Amino acid sequence: MSMSGISIETKSLDLFYGDFQALIAVDLRVPEREVTALIGPSGCGKSTLLRVFNRMNDLIEGVRVAGRVLIDGEDILAPGTDLLRLREKVGMVFQRPNPFPLSVYENITFGLAVHSLARRAEYDRIVEEALRAVLLWDDLKDKLQRSALGLSLEQQQRLCIARVLPLKPRILLMDEPCSALDPIATLHIEELMRQLKSDYTIVIVTHNMQQAARASDRTGFMYLGRLVEFGETAQIFTRPRQELTEQYISGRFG
Amino acid sequence: MARKHFQNLLHGVEHELVAMGGMVSEAIRGSVVALKNLDKAEAERIIAADAAINRKRWDIENQCIQLFATQQPVAGDLREIVSFMDLVTNLERMADHAKGIAKIAVMHEQTPLLKPLIDIPRMAETCCRMIQQSLEAFITQDERSARAIMAMDNEVDDLYQQIFRELLTYMMEDATTITRAVYLIWVSHNLERIADRVTNICERIVFMVSGEIIGD
Repeated sequence: MSMSGISIETKSLDLFYGDFQALIAVDLRVPEREVTALIGPSGCGKSTLLRVFNRMNDLIEGVRVAGRVLIDGEDILAPGTDLLRLREKVGMVFQRPNPFPLSVYENITFGLAVHSLARRAEYDRIVEEALRAVLLWDDLKDKLQRSALGLSLEQQQRLCIARVLPLKPRILLMDEPCSALDPIATLHIEELMRQLKSDYTIVIVTHNMQQAARASDRTGFMYLGRLVEFGETAQIFTRPRQELTEQYISGRFG
Repeated sequence: MARKHFQNLLHGVEHELVAMGGMVSEAIRGSVVALKNLDKAEAERIIAADAAINRKRWDIENQCIQLFATQQPVAGDLREIVSFMDLVTNLERMADHAKGIAKIAVMHEQTPLLKPLIDIPRMAETCCRMIQQSLEAFITQDERSARAIMAMDNEVDDLYQQIFRELLTYMMEDATTITRAVYLIWVSHNLERIADRVTNICERIVFMVSGEIIGD
């Protein structure tokens, strides 16, 4: 746990895709063990920002980053940063559930094997803990050897969250985690986020403003690569300080 | 413009609020005229008309509830709709005070008034002006004007104190005036409460515009 209570901090963060500047001077402080939502219109940079936090943007050619990104006080942009370790610490859940075409059990143990994090004897216990954390254990305890691809979309998404947990991450990044789910499944995942935040810092990117309002403690509004406003979610949705935020959240943009 | 339909719905409610404000002002003026002329029929008409104001209140409130349910208002829109609901409650209570004055006019029957009414109609006029101006400030989201209207409440309070002291003198000099003096004190108290309700509306305007909660 960091001393400051701040899990992620960016300082004057700029990011370029070639000539295009996707993030401009972003200063953000994400408190630990809270749900932070990033909202904004398509192309505003919210997903790009999320991907900076575990350096997924490194995979894209022509990306250049300037400024600092501290996770638990450590600069993850520093040369020599161990990316494997970073991604253990900062897990990611994607828009469409993307379980491996393996059994439920193997989906959970896959990361452990890659990261050599546990002995085989511990796998059963770890699988159970992970499935319990996402409230899947009761449904799947007798179906652990079935293919994960046969699960419902909501179960698949829960499994994708469960899959990250054995790596003992400190931060969970979620990029539109409910956009492939129906409204009931969406509420279930939001409820799960609320439970997980007692152990993890969660950052979620969402197009759904009501979801940000319902599920997050803090909200950041981004526009054209800038973090326009960041504050407590209740404040943002009742008394935004910036006119631009007000226009966006009340649906009067453009 | 985005959300034109929602914007139209909001304007519709604003329009009805102004109409309700007109109904309330008319009830206040009418009740004082009925008292001044000891016109029992007019007083009874005002008492009966209060039901329409109550219906209007529930109707506007219902529209607000529908806006919450269907439009998910946030930020300024949210504060505006919350304010609509608060305004109708305050306007409805003002109408009850007008009804109270009309009831006193009925009770007064044909006993002559203790004195010609001068300050009471003046108080009523100030109240109606405050209502009208506060609704204008509401529609135009004019926080400065709202704060100025709140200051007019002092004018009404001063008139109330003045009326109260004057009537006290009558009662001390001649105990047979007590009933009629108390009636007039009740009337001016109703008016004083109406002005307080306008102050509530003005505080709500400040909240709507700025998000700041004032008042104690």
